[in-house]
Amino acid sequence: MHGNRLYEGQKLALKYFFVAMVLFGAQLLFGLLAAIQFLYPDFLFGVLDFSINRIVHINALVVWLLYAMIGAVYWLLPDEAGREVVGIKLGNLAFYVLTAAVAVVVLVYLFVQVGPGKESTIWFITEGREYIEAPRWADIGIVAVVLIFLYNVYATTMSGRRTGILSVLMADLIALAGLYLAGMFYTDNIAVDQYWWWWVIHLWVEATWEVYVAAVGGYILIKTLNANRKVVEMWLWIEVAMMFGSGILGLGHHYFWIGTPEYWWEIGALFSALEPVPLVGLFVHVLYDWGKHSGQGHKIINVPAFAWLTVETFGNFLGAGVWGFMHTLPQINLYTHGTQWAAAHGHLAFFGAYVTILIGAIYLAIQGKAGLKELKMTKAGWWAIVLITAGMLFMTVALTASAYVQTMVERGMYGATWQGYFAAQANRWFLEGMGWRLAMGVVVIAGYVLLIYDMLTCTKKQPAEAYEGEVAAAAA
Amino acid sequence: MAKVSVWSSNRFWRRSATWVTGVSAVLLILLTFDSMAQMQMGTAKDIKNKVDKRIPSPVVINYKIEYKMSRKRGHEVPIIGGMSPDGKSLYQVKEKFFGRDDYTEAEARALIHKGKLTIQAKNCMDCHTLLGNGAYYAPDLTKAWLDPTWETLAPAYGGKEYAIATFLQNPPAMAMHERKMPNLGITKDEAKAVVAYLKFMSAIDTNGFPRNFGKIKGAVDAWK
Repeated sequence: MHGNRLYEGQKLALKYFFVAMVLFGAQLLFGLLAAIQFLYPDFLFGVLDFSINRIVHINALVVWLLYAMIGAVYWLLPDEAGREVVGIKLGNLAFYVLTAAVAVVVLVYLFVQVGPGKESTIWFITEGREYIEAPRWADIGIVAVVLIFLYNVYATTMSGRRTGILSVLMADLIALAGLYLAGMFYTDNIAVDQYWWWWVIHLWVEATWEVYVAAVGGYILIKTLNANRKVVEMWLWIEVAMMFGSGILGLGHHYFWIGTPEYWWEIGALFSALEPVPLVGLFVHVLYDWGKHSGQGHKIINVPAFAWLTVETFGNFLGAGVWGFMHTLPQINLYTHGTQWAAAHGHLAFFGAYVTILIGAIYLAIQGKAGLKELKMTKAGWWAIVLITAGMLFMTVALTASAYVQTMVERGMYGATWQGYFAAQANRWFLEGMGWRLAMGVVVIAGYVLLIYDMLTCTKKQPAEAYEGEVAAAAA
Repeated sequence: MAKVSVWSSNRFWRRSATWVTGVSAVLLILLTFDSMAQMQMGTAKDIKNKVDKRIPSPVVINYKIEYKMSRKRGHEVPIIGGMSPDGKSLYQVKEKFFGRDDYTEAEARALIHKGKLTIQAKNCMDCHTLLGNGAYYAPDLTKAWLDPTWETLAPAYGGKEYAIATFLQNPPAMAMHERKMPNLGITKDEAKAVVAYLKFMSAIDTNGFPRNFGKIKGAVDAWK
């Protein structure tokens, strides 16, 4: 830590984190509206229809995660490289351009909503492709901003210390940015459309984002536990091998039913079944380091960051690993594809794999900004982590219960017709699941309010020794 | 210095990671070339020569489309223009679409082009699923053209294409469920184009998804 003398790159990181947390709030709010509409379909009908609420819900998710990811890189980059970020002025400019563009895109989603069936709609209103609805002009702007970000990362690393963590991030970020291009074209062929659409969605969340998490997770371990860098970086390379080894061809599990050849059944089944393996590794690694560290009588330097990292390892394994594996084999997916199964899996996976670790990274920055030697967990911080985590876990269980009903009634009993769809949606057990989902959404929002409160106030509520920087040995 | 085992050598794992990633990426690219070749949209010539395509020519809107069990492949497949005794598409039996069954390739392509643009411009995918991908707030549209609901409504509108097009132009007026589709300002031309797209999409070979589509009748509602 550098006391109150932060690098300019780290000050930029704080701006990214701020916008990220605002968008996180927007994500939860619009998710709540959509969850209400599942139970009360007339709620906001014709004003903010489900489709609009959902677009804002999932786009705010993707954008805030990207903001927090960029922020975390700007935070650790000067620290790792041992020098100020190169091209920081350009980086600051890019931040304001991106934020203005995001604001315009969201306002157009909310107030223009839809357009006529013409190319101009794709360019200026919506592309209408789940997760990457942003119109084409915004796509081009995003690419420009990301190029500036990549320049910052590469130029800084090349002229500074090139650690293993930075080497992985350099390779990973260029793949992450390049993949976005796969989603930037129009075709009348919906099968080809979805084929490339998955290159963005899957190769982000099940490959490049996972590797990003492994790298930033390694950095958090070093910062919170003083973990041995050589061991952390060795684990990181093993994780990269396992994540890309399973995740790249695991893409095949999205190619079962979209007009693709049958060989994707076997390829997708095999490699996606391997995808949970590195997630177990991550989990074991963090718990092992924790045990070793406390066995040596050391304190955790940033308890909230480490606590969120621990939730990450459980959440990633459960949400991405277990819930993903539940319906990844084609013989099961034939009946579960396009049902609430995907919603159940998606909620816990995005939360477990990404939301958690990025909150952890933000707590590192909070400690760094205040220049504290240690950061303890406050009461509000504990309640935030408990409410958000329990809320997300039970929300996933509730969605899974509804998913069972949908699969059995709509797919099994009715052969996937519209009549079957609505019979399942009106089923009492299905609606009970939706009710619990809404209740859990409220719990998560309560946790979010506490989280924001804690992020703003926790540095003022630390025990006296944190300010003095006294490192006392804990009882072994 | 003590000899370091290869298993705890960062260099070994860095190289392994690079190789594994490289090999996986190359395999994915090679498979993508093959998939793209198999997924190209068919042409009117393919239909004339009775060549089955995973994504057929848009002129399939001139033909009767069914979804039948293929014993050879072990799941349902789209059958276009009647079925031969060995379970293959005959590309013979026509079906009027808005009063015509002679759309040229250019006309049919123009229709589905407008249809696809409309489907994106109205954010269909953020309530419905298409090929099973999207949101789960409204029914899957993959084989919507073949859904029994439209068969029952068809006579009152002079054909199911008219029924669907009427619905799309003012969905709340024809609401089928408490969870209504909003009025998205879909014009008459856009509605026709969207219906053409739905018919075209129902002829895409989805490897048997959705299973048993429309085959089960008289199922009982659970606890309700």
